[in-house]
Amino acid sequence: MKLLIKNGTVIDPSQHINEKTNILIENNKICKLGKNIKENGCEIFNAKDMIVSPGFIDMHTHLREPGREDAETIATGTASAAKGGFTSVCCMPNTEPAIDNQSVVKFVLGKAKKDGKVNVFPIGAITKERKGVELAEIGDMKNAGIVAVSDDGNWVENSALMRRALEYSEMFNIPVISHCEDKTLSEKGMINESYISTVMGLEGIPREAEEIAVFRDISLAKMLNTRIHIAHVSSGGTVALIKEAKTRNIKVSCEVTPNHFTLTEQTINGYDTNTKVNPPLRSDGDIQAIKNGLADGTIDVIATDHAPHTITEKEYEYDNAPFGIIGFETAIGLALTELVHSKVLSLSQLIEKLSCNPAKILGFETKGTLKIGSDADITIIDESKEWVVDINRFLSKSKNSPYHNRKLKGKVMVTIVNGKIVFHDSVEESK
Amino acid sequence: MKKEINMKWNRKDLLGLEDLTREEIKMILDTTESFKEISTREVKKVPALRGKTIANLFFESSTRTRISFELAEKRLSADVVNFSASTSSLSKGETLIDTARNIEAMKIDCVVIRHSSSGASYMLSKKLNAAVINAGDGTHEHPTQALLDMFTIREKKGRLEGLKVTIVGDIRHSRVARSNIWGMRKMGMDVRICGPKTLLPVNIEKTGVKVFYDIEHAIKHVDVIMALRIQKERQGQSYFPSIREYSKLYGITGERLKYAKEDVLIMHPGPINRGVEIMPEVADGPYSVILEQVTNGLAVRMAVLYLVMGSKTKEVSA
Repeated sequence: MKLLIKNGTVIDPSQHINEKTNILIENNKICKLGKNIKENGCEIFNAKDMIVSPGFIDMHTHLREPGREDAETIATGTASAAKGGFTSVCCMPNTEPAIDNQSVVKFVLGKAKKDGKVNVFPIGAITKERKGVELAEIGDMKNAGIVAVSDDGNWVENSALMRRALEYSEMFNIPVISHCEDKTLSEKGMINESYISTVMGLEGIPREAEEIAVFRDISLAKMLNTRIHIAHVSSGGTVALIKEAKTRNIKVSCEVTPNHFTLTEQTINGYDTNTKVNPPLRSDGDIQAIKNGLADGTIDVIATDHAPHTITEKEYEYDNAPFGIIGFETAIGLALTELVHSKVLSLSQLIEKLSCNPAKILGFETKGTLKIGSDADITIIDESKEWVVDINRFLSKSKNSPYHNRKLKGKVMVTIVNGKIVFHDSVEESK
Repeated sequence: MKKEINMKWNRKDLLGLEDLTREEIKMILDTTESFKEISTREVKKVPALRGKTIANLFFESSTRTRISFELAEKRLSADVVNFSASTSSLSKGETLIDTARNIEAMKIDCVVIRHSSSGASYMLSKKLNAAVINAGDGTHEHPTQALLDMFTIREKKGRLEGLKVTIVGDIRHSRVARSNIWGMRKMGMDVRICGPKTLLPVNIEKTGVKVFYDIEHAIKHVDVIMALRIQKERQGQSYFPSIREYSKLYGITGERLKYAKEDVLIMHPGPINRGVEIMPEVADGPYSVILEQVTNGLAVRMAVLYLVMGSKTKEVSA
């Protein structure tokens, strides 16, 4: 089957393309790029007034399977991802049981093959049961299909163990993704430590709980000359640490979630548990630093940290409710609204952080690009379409989003995975 | 007794003093005056809330606040149901919101809630048509305690405006301190807080209080000293090295009172750790109004219950 995407503006930062042109897909691959492609025998998609981009890759998601299928499954999670424009998602290992050995990796990949609407790449745990005591069988998991390791949710507190994890993972050429949080400092904290935590009587998490951890991880990466990827940056101080490390050519990369460039701790007013997220929402100053970091290239990637939780769990009291916000279906709208339309990033820079850069970090050679011969994973967006977030229309099994009723500008129109249209906005909207 | 209150109470709930205006606080204190006399009568009961049903939901252990509310309700002739659970509803698998929905289904007029989680009363109030009174939520607020504290001070000193008060102790974990800071600042008092830095919450000075680490300096020429209960388990969490050292540095002793004004009032929200944050000679001494606080607590709670439960008229006939 051939699919011709016509009349769109193709933006592919990996090839420095930003022009009106057409793309031909054949046999699940990008076959041709150009203005004069013959239409014979092609299914045609008219992308007039739309942006055609390499498929978005979310390198930080929680699909909850196995273990918490009441909150999300690989089927519902990937349907939600497809609607959000993500053609590939990397799922974190904090499942029950954890993805800490090859059999769980194979289970996830088997489920993904059967139920997945988009490509699923598991991330293995750094340590057994994510307990931070012994290394997990990273080599075995790599052979089974993991693309990175992380103890997401926990920082590997033991520095010697983290050193070994960095050394060991380097042999397999996979990145170590670090959830930077010194829990001896964050303790029982649940929101940013500030005047607001004092007034609300909620325990605070100081920025330094993140920054101390980031500093150690950067130091280890420097000592060992290995790569480190810092997950979900929330503090301005972290941006400064990473920026400085990059000037010294330390191999550090990092990501930010839309929550941390959109919302501040002010949103928590009223004890809405949908604002409870780790790392916590911080201040305007942090958002500004994060936006500067996105613009100057310090922050490489935008990832969702899609974290589904059931309505019941989020109906607990603020201190008893779990951390997490779902992110697939609002990420692109938020990024376009908060970053592109407010002139923080160009559209091309945004696409780079959603596709090319995650592909580079994860070593995906045939993804995050529209080069001839690469996988036909494509996201088509309408950057100026205005819409209102409605949690009742989410395809995710969970609804824990603080963005209900928020007006956004910019929407995913079509998602193509391996040459197949897996999401079409006009079809979805007519339901 | 009749007292004109030239204002109308417009709130469904009493969740905290942060939200209240100076006028609303004054209205509660004025209304309290009318109710205080009832408890001195031979027959300690008025029909003000006859036919109203109140649920006291205590998800955290409490003796005096629970008894105080229950007595206040009964003296106003309300029908009362009590629910006490030492653990939060979470452990039973029922969320607070489930609990709220069940209460609503029983057509209850008012819920008094005590909970170990900050914000629990806010969450409840959003889901209920019934009035919600916060009887203490986590480390957030305890509005009726602060109201009774202010009522006691006003009764003794004849005013609040311009008075100096020092709150001593674990401000960080204290909902009483937070409610008092909001209320007293709104009423024009000069509020000082004093305690080890480890037990003061970050940026507390933004509320307009003055921060002290040295007790003798903190209580110099003050009109009121309020000591807070020190929980012994804080020692194990290294907020301070030992109860002994805490008591030496911050305990209110008879000797220390000489720094304060001659007619200083000694207050404590209870329960007291005698010999720790306050010495027995001070707690039982001539300046102490600790038991009067308890008496006034009853009257304040009667006033609050009366106001939130649809005081249709602008006057209080008690």
